[in-house]
Amino acid sequence: METTKEIQTLKIKNLHVEVEGKEILHGITLDFESGNVHAIMGPNGSGKSTLANAIMGHPKYKITKGKILFNGQDITNYSVKERADLGLFLSFQYPAEVAGVTISNFLREAINTKREREGQEKLSVIDSYKLLKEKMELLDMDPKFRTRDLNSGFSGGEKKRSEMLQLLLLKPVFAILDETDSGLDVDGIKAVAKAIHIARKDSPMGIILITHYEHFMRELSPDKVTVLCNGKIIQQGSKELAKKIQEKGFNQFVNEQSNN
Amino acid sequence: MSNSSNKKSKGKEHKSKTINVDINRDIYDTADDHSPKFIANPGINEQIVRLISNTKQEPEWMLNIRLKAFKLFQKTAIPTWGPDLSELDLNKIIYFIDPNATETNSWDQVPDEIKETFEKLGIPEAEKKALAGVGAQYDSGMVYHNLQKKLKDQGVIFENMDVAIHKYPDLVKKHFMTSCIPVNDHKFVMLHAAVWSGGTFIYIPKNIKVDLPLQAYFRMNGKQGGQFEHTLIIVDEGAELHYIEGCSSPRYQQSSLHAGCVEIFVKEGATMRYTSIENWSRNVYNLNTKRALVNRNAKMIWTNGNMGSQKTMLYPCSILIGENAHSESLGIAFAGNEQDQDTGSKVIHAASNTTSIIKAKSISKDGGISSYRGLVKVTPNAKNIKSNVQCDALLLDDKSVSKTFPAMSINSPTSRVGHEASVSKVSEEQLFYLQSRGLSEEQAIKVIVGGFISPIVKALPLEYAIELNKLIELEVEGM
Repeated sequence: METTKEIQTLKIKNLHVEVEGKEILHGITLDFESGNVHAIMGPNGSGKSTLANAIMGHPKYKITKGKILFNGQDITNYSVKERADLGLFLSFQYPAEVAGVTISNFLREAINTKREREGQEKLSVIDSYKLLKEKMELLDMDPKFRTRDLNSGFSGGEKKRSEMLQLLLLKPVFAILDETDSGLDVDGIKAVAKAIHIARKDSPMGIILITHYEHFMRELSPDKVTVLCNGKIIQQGSKELAKKIQEKGFNQFVNEQSNN
Repeated sequence: MSNSSNKKSKGKEHKSKTINVDINRDIYDTADDHSPKFIANPGINEQIVRLISNTKQEPEWMLNIRLKAFKLFQKTAIPTWGPDLSELDLNKIIYFIDPNATETNSWDQVPDEIKETFEKLGIPEAEKKALAGVGAQYDSGMVYHNLQKKLKDQGVIFENMDVAIHKYPDLVKKHFMTSCIPVNDHKFVMLHAAVWSGGTFIYIPKNIKVDLPLQAYFRMNGKQGGQFEHTLIIVDEGAELHYIEGCSSPRYQQSSLHAGCVEIFVKEGATMRYTSIENWSRNVYNLNTKRALVNRNAKMIWTNGNMGSQKTMLYPCSILIGENAHSESLGIAFAGNEQDQDTGSKVIHAASNTTSIIKAKSISKDGGISSYRGLVKVTPNAKNIKSNVQCDALLLDDKSVSKTFPAMSINSPTSRVGHEASVSKVSEEQLFYLQSRGLSEEQAIKVIVGGFISPIVKALPLEYAIELNKLIELEVEGM
């Protein structure tokens, strides 16, 4: 399917988010565009994952103030599925295990749900297997992996690859990568970065890159960087800021910021 | 219901007028429009027991079993250790309904209304899929019966139980409610023995391996009707059989009772697989007894799917009486709103080197109650036995309930018995994850439930795996 070349937008306006009665995000305003890579950095507990979950619509993360707009449409109260249908995707840091459901069966269900919604014919078992095999080869994944139960007993690297496989198959408009680099070695990070490059070749996907490491940024060279601290934006910039952070290392950068 | 008596009938009030030919059609409104030959008045007494036996022109020994069982039944109290049965009024149950149709073995001769119902249930479909033989019970009589010629030539018997008594009296007399399920076993076995009607008799001769499953479909259609079919299966030495039973019945407002008995004899070196999918309507008390006697080097495999019914008490049991006998029991129960599924499995290791596996899965939704109730018993003379029990419960919401009653009675020090139990809930994280991939909440729950039951569904033949999956999906949707 040919995706439109028009730029699509995701705008976060003055977002306040509460988890179990405690406010974590205190008014975040951010603009994302398709085709761009936007890195969101910050130390542990700065609210990065909260932002990711709130954008995706996790019921535990309550938006008490502010708005989320997708191409100008207010989606603040949309269900998780409605957001996914619009083209939002979250690569989970800790994806939930679902026993007895194989990766291939689950992905066939997900792909066919999407195809049905878009008025396309459902893929047969054989065609969906072919598609899966093709994408798994791109990610250097063992074809046997498809018979494993979804996220059950996966190693850190396996979880991340499985998330990237889903990203390749579902082709979202905006993909939020919640610390997809954490717990990976250099090769693992390269593999994930490769998946993202492949996905972006297909369609002008917007990448929201949540990380607190600079290695991943080097691989993906973000167009924009936002730094979060204690639920607030403390710095924003473009490629230059990204370079600065990459050179100094994130921790050093944050230290300097807080000393100023 | 003009003739129904509210008095606690002990059998004396009802005279021979119990044959009520001119039935009130109103009560059959939601049922199929076929008129049974006659239905008995509600309640049980000696006349009804004799009537059933007379109608079937049974030999005296069978009548004697019925009468003996009826006496025991009168003296025995309703069990109180399981689900609450206090609302089951045994005096309001109709114990005998004879369908109009006489048995036939050609599909063309089956009356249209009955055919229509069967078609809705997929019976001809099942036959098209080349199942080896089909026997279907419509209320109390068998209306359709078929067995491939090849099997007949091999000496395989697949017969209505009522007919088998006359055609194979020795085989039946020797095995009918004697050593497997004795008449005095419990209240509902006694009731069953007194009023049983129809069912299936199967005999597989020595070393005959039946490579396609034999199937019967039971269906309860009369309002307040009881169904008391008797299944007797003998798999002779070295033989193999897979028997499949499906059950469903339309919905009525007043309680119906199903108290069937399944007796299976697995002779030396034989393999028996018994698969049943029970999907009775929501007003049925399903109080069923299934038991197998498993001889040396023989194997018994139970697979049970229990949906539907208001209350179910069902614990398929294998008694391992020969060395190296093996039993496997796989069960799935689904309890929805106002349902109480009390199911499990029993194994009695009465010989050395016997092994057993019990895997039970339950799903509860909308306040439904699922209980696992099981027993593993090892007799003192049985050495080196191995048994493993695993029961997992899945709760779809906070209102629903899961209980576990695993009894163990191990009287042999060399036994290795393992038990694992788990209760899980569909978690917010799982739902969020699956929905973030574009699945609806309902789809997400179906995927989770499908995964939960997949280890058991995988053990079924393909078309039954599909049927079971569909039934479970319908239950998840809430019909």
